[in-house]
Amino acid sequence: MFAYVTKRLIAMPFLLLGVITVAFLLTHFTAADPLTSIIGERQMNNPEVVEAARQRWGLDRSLPEQYLVYLGNLVTGDFGTSFRTRQPVAQDLILRLPATLELVIAAMMLGTLFGITLGVLAARFRGGVIDNLARLFALIGASAPVFWSGLLVLFVFSVQLGWLPGPGRIDARAVAPPFVTGFFTIDTLLAGDWTGFRSVLLHLLLPASVLGWTVTGIVSRMVRASMLDVLSQEYILAARAKGASPVRVLLHHALRNAMLPTLTIIGFSFAYLITGAVLTETIFAWPGIGSYAVSAARGLDHPAIVGVTIIGGAAFLIANLLTDIAYAVVDPRVKLGAKAGA
Amino acid sequence: MSAPLLAIRDLTVSFATRRGGHAFQAVSGVDLTVQSGEVHGVVGESGSGKSVTMLAVMQLLSQSATIAGSIMLDGQELTALSDRQMRKIRGARIGYIFQDPMTALNPLLTVGEQIAEAVRIHRGDVGHKHAVARAIDLLRLVAIPNPEKRANQYPHEFSGGMRQRAVIAMAMANEPDLLIADEPTTALDVTIQAQIMELLDQLRREKNIGIVLVTHDLGVVAGVAKSLSIMYAGRVVERGLVDDVFAAPHHPYTKGLLESLPQMDERVERLSAIAGAPPPISARPSGCPFHPRCPYVIERCRSERPVLRPVGPIDVACHRAEIVAADKGTLQDA
Repeated sequence: MFAYVTKRLIAMPFLLLGVITVAFLLTHFTAADPLTSIIGERQMNNPEVVEAARQRWGLDRSLPEQYLVYLGNLVTGDFGTSFRTRQPVAQDLILRLPATLELVIAAMMLGTLFGITLGVLAARFRGGVIDNLARLFALIGASAPVFWSGLLVLFVFSVQLGWLPGPGRIDARAVAPPFVTGFFTIDTLLAGDWTGFRSVLLHLLLPASVLGWTVTGIVSRMVRASMLDVLSQEYILAARAKGASPVRVLLHHALRNAMLPTLTIIGFSFAYLITGAVLTETIFAWPGIGSYAVSAARGLDHPAIVGVTIIGGAAFLIANLLTDIAYAVVDPRVKLGAKAGA
Repeated sequence: MSAPLLAIRDLTVSFATRRGGHAFQAVSGVDLTVQSGEVHGVVGESGSGKSVTMLAVMQLLSQSATIAGSIMLDGQELTALSDRQMRKIRGARIGYIFQDPMTALNPLLTVGEQIAEAVRIHRGDVGHKHAVARAIDLLRLVAIPNPEKRANQYPHEFSGGMRQRAVIAMAMANEPDLLIADEPTTALDVTIQAQIMELLDQLRREKNIGIVLVTHDLGVVAGVAKSLSIMYAGRVVERGLVDDVFAAPHHPYTKGLLESLPQMDERVERLSAIAGAPPPISARPSGCPFHPRCPYVIERCRSERPVLRPVGPIDVACHRAEIVAADKGTLQDA
């Protein structure tokens, strides 16, 4: 397995190179001229200013030249400078990535926990009330757009009932914790700020639930389907013939096997959420990668757009690798790196 | 004489169809008796109700099944037990061996874990270490070489024969009084079949357990069983000691089954088969269920269903049992 993981890790930069190239080219072939966002439309009539800006940002050079310069900078960790924030893109990303990761991890935890529970219950009580309710809940979660469900839960739980705080990562009157990891949950704990920690958790709950709801929808359907498949296997009957209790049969024997196909879905969802958190972050004023991407796209901020794309691509590659490793850990029949049939 | 180990009386199992439609009887009025220390063969084609009968004993049938009649284990009525009480019987007093060892083991748990689990479900006082040690002993009992190493392996690392040995070890984990072996050798190679049957017979002798051997193969029964029941279309059609039934089958179906076995001392061009196919559960014939395939059929067979009656040393459900028993020719000649 070690050899397999090493091989995958070696392949990763090459796959990333592909992502970078496509992102770079696509951004440059858009019809809009990035200069308008750099110097403003009024200055566009001033040839001197335009020429100065072109030289300043390297836009006067040929595309292959720009590409090679960009790649060379990337190797040193330089993602370029944002047209809009005038900050290094790498720095913007480092500041914003933890916010997205915190949201996505919380959403994944809520989503898989509820998804697995609902899936198991739906399979156990197939055709009953629980099964139908779970199906409805999953259907809404998987199909309702986040801008709708996000506004809905904000309106109900924050505005009407007042149970939970509104947008943002932490109470507006509170001071953000000193930056250590960028995860507010961890940073408030490190600072010993319990009121801050509580506030961060409460702020996390609504956006994480909305984002996790989509995961719940997909995971619960997947778990239900594979549970039904597994429950009809003979080793389940054999476990019952041993005298195992229904709970033991369901969790120890059936769920483990049903988790195999579900792992793929969970791994894929994780990568999908990192890039798919755009709408949730916009609605909940969450200062993460998603809202950064929206502003970058609006502002024709080429370096920022390519930077976000690289992060998204890397997230997919890492999630895929982790899924494959998890598969090998759970299923003894999977030998990573072994040739088929060996 | 003490109560028999297993006594099934007038067992009927019916399955409700969807939306409460017509219920089909998979098993009708089956009587079966098994004594300690003996092997009882239950023989019949697929769909004859053998497995349903055995799963009814374990109460592992799906919820759409309705059981009527009596199933007594050592004088205790099993049909009256709750599921919780029944769980104390399953795996503890009755061990069950499944047909296909490829699918009867959980692929994600080591063989040792699965055997140890069978021990620990019934013996809460046994710690994990002791249960694993017991699992290794059981693997040794079923003659699996290198049991310490084998216990840590997963089912896919076992061959078919070795898996069936592991399944038997699992069924023997709590020294049950009764072992139900549902087609234990069907999925295995012929040479492995003989080894597994020898193992079962050895366990019977050493532990004095009763074994129900469910099979479609009379040849398997001939070697190890003392008595047998022949099932057809959900009913027992003939039963008695193996020697008596083999010497003179009284039911035309049994006669046909015996004739379809290859013989060592005879050279035949072609093995004979019983004409026709067993009836589907939804369309069982009137009268004797075997009459559409029976060369001895008379008018009475079509209208009146024969009940089991003693003819000599054998119980048989056939109006023409005396004639069948006396006929020395083959079924096809009749």
